Amino acid sequence: MKYVDEFRDGEVAQGLARAIAAEVWPDRRYNFMEFCGGHTHAISRYGVPDLLPPNVRMIHGPGCPVCVLPIGRIDLAIKLALENGVILCTYADTMRVPASDGLSLMRAKARGGDVRMVYAVTDALKIARDNPGKDVVFFAIGFETTTPPTAVAVRQADAEQLKNFSVLCCHVLTPSAIMNILESPEVRDLGTVPLDGFIGPAHVSTVIGSRPYEFFAEEYRKPVVIAGFEPLDVMQAIRMLVRQVNEGRAMVENEFTRAVTPEGNAKAQNLVSEVFELRRSFEWRGLGEVPYSALKIRERFAEYDAERRFSLEYRPVPDNKACACGAILRGVKKPTDCKIFGTVCTPENPMGSCMVSSEGACAAHYTYGRHKDVEETPP
Amino acid sequence: MSGQVKKGYARPLDIKHGCVDMSHGGGGRAMVQLIADLFAEHLSNEYLAQGNDGACLPQGEGRMVVSTDSHVVSPLFFPGGDIGGLSVHGTVNDVAVMGATPLYLTAGFILEEGFPLADLARIVESMAKAAKDAGVKLVAGDTKVVEQGKGDGVFITTTGVGFLPDGIHLSGNLAQPGDVLLVSGSVGDHGMAIMSKRENLSFDAPILSDSTALNGLTAAMLASGATIRVMRDPTRGGLAATINEIAHQSGVGIHLEEAAIPVKPEVDAACELLGLDPLNIANEGKLIAICAAEDAETLLAAMRTHPQGQQAAIIGKVVEDPHGFVQMKTKFGGRRMVDWLSGEQLPRIC
Repeated sequence: MKYVDEFRDGEVAQGLARAIAAEVWPDRRYNFMEFCGGHTHAISRYGVPDLLPPNVRMIHGPGCPVCVLPIGRIDLAIKLALENGVILCTYADTMRVPASDGLSLMRAKARGGDVRMVYAVTDALKIARDNPGKDVVFFAIGFETTTPPTAVAVRQADAEQLKNFSVLCCHVLTPSAIMNILESPEVRDLGTVPLDGFIGPAHVSTVIGSRPYEFFAEEYRKPVVIAGFEPLDVMQAIRMLVRQVNEGRAMVENEFTRAVTPEGNAKAQNLVSEVFELRRSFEWRGLGEVPYSALKIRERFAEYDAERRFSLEYRPVPDNKACACGAILRGVKKPTDCKIFGTVCTPENPMGSCMVSSEGACAAHYTYGRHKDVEETPP
Repeated sequence: MSGQVKKGYARPLDIKHGCVDMSHGGGGRAMVQLIADLFAEHLSNEYLAQGNDGACLPQGEGRMVVSTDSHVVSPLFFPGGDIGGLSVHGTVNDVAVMGATPLYLTAGFILEEGFPLADLARIVESMAKAAKDAGVKLVAGDTKVVEQGKGDGVFITTTGVGFLPDGIHLSGNLAQPGDVLLVSGSVGDHGMAIMSKRENLSFDAPILSDSTALNGLTAAMLASGATIRVMRDPTRGGLAATINEIAHQSGVGIHLEEAAIPVKPEVDAACELLGLDPLNIANEGKLIAICAAEDAETLLAAMRTHPQGQQAAIIGKVVEDPHGFVQMKTKFGGRRMVDWLSGEQLPRIC
């Protein structure tokens, strides 16, 4: 595959691995958080940790849209499908996230709810056009990458006066989540999560640009390197982070220059601000209520807002007590620190959201990395 | 005399414009006509012609092998094949990878009211061709019709019968540390061909399904004299699921080399676009084999000389591992597990 294989070249990877090994100080530990699930997936799928020196550790961050959805939000979607009788359109991974009463969207479908998996919001628009007698709700999740397409869909529905289409908006914001982690007691006061730097988001940054991260670099003295989702991007970003740490710098650097500019995509940003505005507060799985961390649909497009149209009231629901997703999303725990990892909680029967999406820390480790646990503790 | 129906006259089945209706499953003349004009027309042989409730068959040599498979693929016609051919290949292959010679098939059809007879004729013709190519005879069949909305065009269940010569014993629990793993060709073709035609996904990719019968290839492999321990066709769940099954059954680990696994560039690209792993994608004309290490080159040569095994490759080896993990050295240079697929990647793939 041209333009992809170049970023997965094994020989270049070996060269980078040697360079990183030569640059790290042997008596120092390097703890870097990759914010995005896309990076988590790439690191696990290509076996990047095997190419890193033992004193470089990657901590998985909360940047997996499915993982950070709290139970209460899934409950709203299930209610729409089962009680309001809508056609609920959703991205695939969301189908399996566990919700209240042992339900998930997939189980709601089996109980007669009309839940449909879509690849893009445009599919949901088409379903609305094809079913004029039915309410069609798009369950909109994701960070800044998936927000502009939802904005386009709302505008399109408005232009077509597609009155049976609405959006259950659960779009969240990356900078707020990073800030929340940096402000958490584990990072700030207790030092239980040593964080020496971030690998910054790839696709999110194509939209918001690299500038929003400058605050973190300056205020919290944490280096940030924005990197693409290919494994060589990740390796190169790690090398850049190691250099910043060694030189005592804390700056925003951009490894993903082929797609990310300082200002980002102004057209997409304008679209988003035309359709959405900040929510005062939004519950994240793992992080709890985070102020100004998510978007809602503006008054002007209120009729396409499923929360208003169906008078939905949000009810927070606590996670399963044994599930450590919260701590894992904050980088406080590793998947294997969770008591139910790989026993009660598996991809077939996930108890927490991190075991659902392939970008989730638990699913990535279960699917790609569990052989390492037994190597560490022989049977 | 005008107005009188001629004796013995029956209006011919309108295959061009007609549709399946409830009477075609009713057990009356309409059903008999559908069977005679459409099914028997294409599939006839001496056993089907017996016209009894069951076929009376001569036994082949060795032990009998039976396998059954239901086919619900959507769409019914896809690039490189259709449900008719697929329903023959799927079952023939299940019998063939046991090491047996498939001889007979039965077929059960569930037809939906309103299904065009022209499409049904295409499907039956395709079955007839697939059966002829594979050297098997369709010896018994059944047709049921369900009301509109209660089916989806046509579902086909086939059962295959074959005979396994004495001395051949292949089984998923026979893989031993040191053995070598081979695949007969590129993986992921069937699944991605289907996916490229799905209503909400359709993309233009020149990907054809690999749907084909493998009994010629298996016969050539067995004739090579190599000590084959396991053969299996990696259908739903793809290569990853099949290899995990064998590792689990045999209580061994398996190590794969990503660089050695053949994947067509167009399949690789389509998987990339949709966020899928070619190792999880279904195949309908590929097999994997595990053989003793010293016979690997002999077996590989035998596979490559057969038209269905030209792209065959050695892709890994069996190792001792009480956990039964399947691991892969990535092209990137790292190592990762290759796990079963969780959830449903794509419903109704075969």
